[in-house]
Amino acid sequence: MEVLPILSAMRRNKVGAILVAVQMAATLAILSNALFIIQQHLALSSRPSGIDEANLFAISNQWVGTPPDESALLQTDLAALRALPGVIDAYATNSYPLTNSGWGDGADLKPDQTKSSTHMARYFGDEHTLNTLGVKLLAGRNFTAAEVVDRMYNDQAAPTALIISRAMADSMFPHGDALGKSIYTSGNKAQTSPIVGIVERLQSPWVSGSSWAAGWVENTAIEPYHYLAKSFCYLVRTQPGQLENVLLLSQQKLFEIHRARVLDKVQTLTEARREVYRDDRGLALILAVVCAVLLAITAFGIVGLTSYWVAQRRRQIGIRRALGATRGAVVRYFQTENLMIAATGAVVGIVLAITLNLWMVSSFQLERLHNSYAVGGAVIVLLLGQLAVLWPALRAASIPPALATRSV
Amino acid sequence: MFKYYFSLALRSLRRNVVLTMLMIAAIGVGIGASMTTLTVFRAMDADPIPHKSGQLYAVQIDNWGPADHSMDTGDKLEDQIDYVDAMALMHAHAGARQIAAYLTGFALTPANPELKPFKVDARATFTDFFSMFEVPFEYGAPWGSGDDDARAPVIVITHELNDKLFGGANSVGRTINLDNEDYRIIGVMAPWNPMPRFYDLTSSDFEKTAPVFLPFTRAIDRHLLSWGNTSCSKASEEGWEGLLNSNCVWIQFWAELPSAAAVEEYRRWLKNYAEEQRLSGRFQWPAYTKLHDVRAWLTYEHVVSDETRILVLVSFSFLLVCVLNAMGLMLAKFMGRSADIGVRRALGANKRAILAQCLIEAGVVGLAGGLLGVVLTVLGLLGLRSVLSEQILELTHLDPSGVCIALALAIAATMIAGLYPTWRAAQVVPAWQLKAQ
Repeated sequence: MEVLPILSAMRRNKVGAILVAVQMAATLAILSNALFIIQQHLALSSRPSGIDEANLFAISNQWVGTPPDESALLQTDLAALRALPGVIDAYATNSYPLTNSGWGDGADLKPDQTKSSTHMARYFGDEHTLNTLGVKLLAGRNFTAAEVVDRMYNDQAAPTALIISRAMADSMFPHGDALGKSIYTSGNKAQTSPIVGIVERLQSPWVSGSSWAAGWVENTAIEPYHYLAKSFCYLVRTQPGQLENVLLLSQQKLFEIHRARVLDKVQTLTEARREVYRDDRGLALILAVVCAVLLAITAFGIVGLTSYWVAQRRRQIGIRRALGATRGAVVRYFQTENLMIAATGAVVGIVLAITLNLWMVSSFQLERLHNSYAVGGAVIVLLLGQLAVLWPALRAASIPPALATRSV
Repeated sequence: MFKYYFSLALRSLRRNVVLTMLMIAAIGVGIGASMTTLTVFRAMDADPIPHKSGQLYAVQIDNWGPADHSMDTGDKLEDQIDYVDAMALMHAHAGARQIAAYLTGFALTPANPELKPFKVDARATFTDFFSMFEVPFEYGAPWGSGDDDARAPVIVITHELNDKLFGGANSVGRTINLDNEDYRIIGVMAPWNPMPRFYDLTSSDFEKTAPVFLPFTRAIDRHLLSWGNTSCSKASEEGWEGLLNSNCVWIQFWAELPSAAAVEEYRRWLKNYAEEQRLSGRFQWPAYTKLHDVRAWLTYEHVVSDETRILVLVSFSFLLVCVLNAMGLMLAKFMGRSADIGVRRALGANKRAILAQCLIEAGVVGLAGGLLGVVLTVLGLLGLRSVLSEQILELTHLDPSGVCIALALAIAATMIAGLYPTWRAAQVVPAWQLKAQ
């Protein structure tokens, strides 16, 4: 339509148009990168841990001094926890998912490897572990009670059996034949440990995007140990709806059994997830707020400027109306004008968005921007411009043709 | 003159309230966002021990060789050292002062049997820790080197723990029960929480000071495991002795080196030490050691998270958009007053007077935007506190210098935004405007 007259009108107000275009370009660049970062962090924080989080809680247990009968005490605790009403199962461990703290190690196929085949998180557990966590055994078998032995902090014997996550199995044995194979773990180069079971999914404790485990977060192995240490954790799985009850009851029970202990970090796995991903979700939320305010500011800026342009051209608009332009034509004029400015801004903005992203990739741990985000940002910015210009354009359309004859 | 221009500016701003409000809102929101993130950034990037940060050095020794490394710093070094090296470095006394330290902890049983035992973190270190890091004392004093040698069951506690256990009274000479053993309190710190906690960045960077400090030798004697990170490149021998003789790194080591010459000398000495380890067969690789002073160490350990940097970047880009926005609005506003300016020029105002009038108007908008920005920054910091977990956020608040920065930034940003519109306004040719009337 009337592109040329719009262009020539714009030429009389170059700087205003350029300012709007630059502002829209910058908005697009920020918006698309922010949306991309938001998506990345939300995707990260919604990965499944593989365990029945909704019905699990953990108690961190710390003895006062060293009780003389540590091993028996741990067994008594476990028996008592399992016997509580509403409890499905319980076990003791060194670490569990969503905590950002635990044991990691290399896993090797041969004893003389200089670089490990892969890395994994090490969880200690017993024959109750799979049932407590609610993880699905894909192949092989559970531990037997006879396999589970006591382990001190710096014991170095290799575990006599391993249950590993499928991701770990696949990374060491790409042909899917991990079950029954033996691998070197825990730095012990003299003994291997047989893989007796494979579970569908069990995440390592380190889930943040920038942690050392970022490359192998799904790799885990369960070793048949009762961990005799100053501090360790009990994990308890309850019947649905019983979590809060059992959580209080189990603490009372543990103190009844042995008073000289500290129950430190008592948390449900739902809380653990919220805590461990707090920064990811927080960052996403902050960026979302910034994006919303940014869009508002840009929109109001366009409304303000266009309103001013309308006010400035009241006479010209009146003359055009008097000469036969319809209201629709006047609205279309401002819409087309904005579209032209916004389209220019969008093209520049896409380039800017990609440049900004490339620079961020080189400075931070960040992925390359998917093109769809730049394009999506452009669409949003174009729509925003059309929406923002609508009100001033309608105001322009309501200028009576008589104005042309009245002024001066 | 200024007063008159100021009242002119106010009158002009009042004439188009919507446009004025839009400008103030744009500047205010932009300043609010950027100052919020800048405040967090400044807190994270703060020098925790300003007058001494150039004299305190974190020590790194490559005791693994070119093996798998757990840290992702890109230089194949760990940020802690093993027990063998820590002891050798302590005994060598090669720096003016030096300390080895690690985080451990206890179950503290209160004297009142009604109260349940609770967990306390404890830092095992040497006497020089307190003088090196200038720890202030409320009561008593640090333990002496004699206590280090004697593996004495003495402790220094923080102001906070003293408040909790003894209601803030002078508790020097009293004992507390840590894991069924009595420890005598020898000193009580005045409040001391350097942020970031530069001397131990292995777990959380903004953790508070551990409530209990005890001699390193005592902790080793009692087989107290590290509650921080322990990393090993190969399996150790079994048991406590096995851990001590292993290449597992779990100890932070700091040296105080008061002059450039001392730093050079220590660097040479350290390199020589690693070389000796190679000659003795303990290391099978060339000597590789590093020293970082406090500021360099904070950078090396990525204390300011990528997330924070991204937020700062995004918020300042946002400010840029806001400034562009204000610029467009100001241009519209000044151009709308061409006729007005034309009359003023015709009545004798020169270009400089018009420039001054417009810039003052921009400055007034900036000031108002800045004030709004300060309010939004306070709200923004509260918001961050509720959605992010970094402990540092609890300490971030807008201090007077922050307010000044916010206002200066707002006025500067608006003035810059106003430059072009002002210049255009000053170009108004009086005759044309008068003719158009």
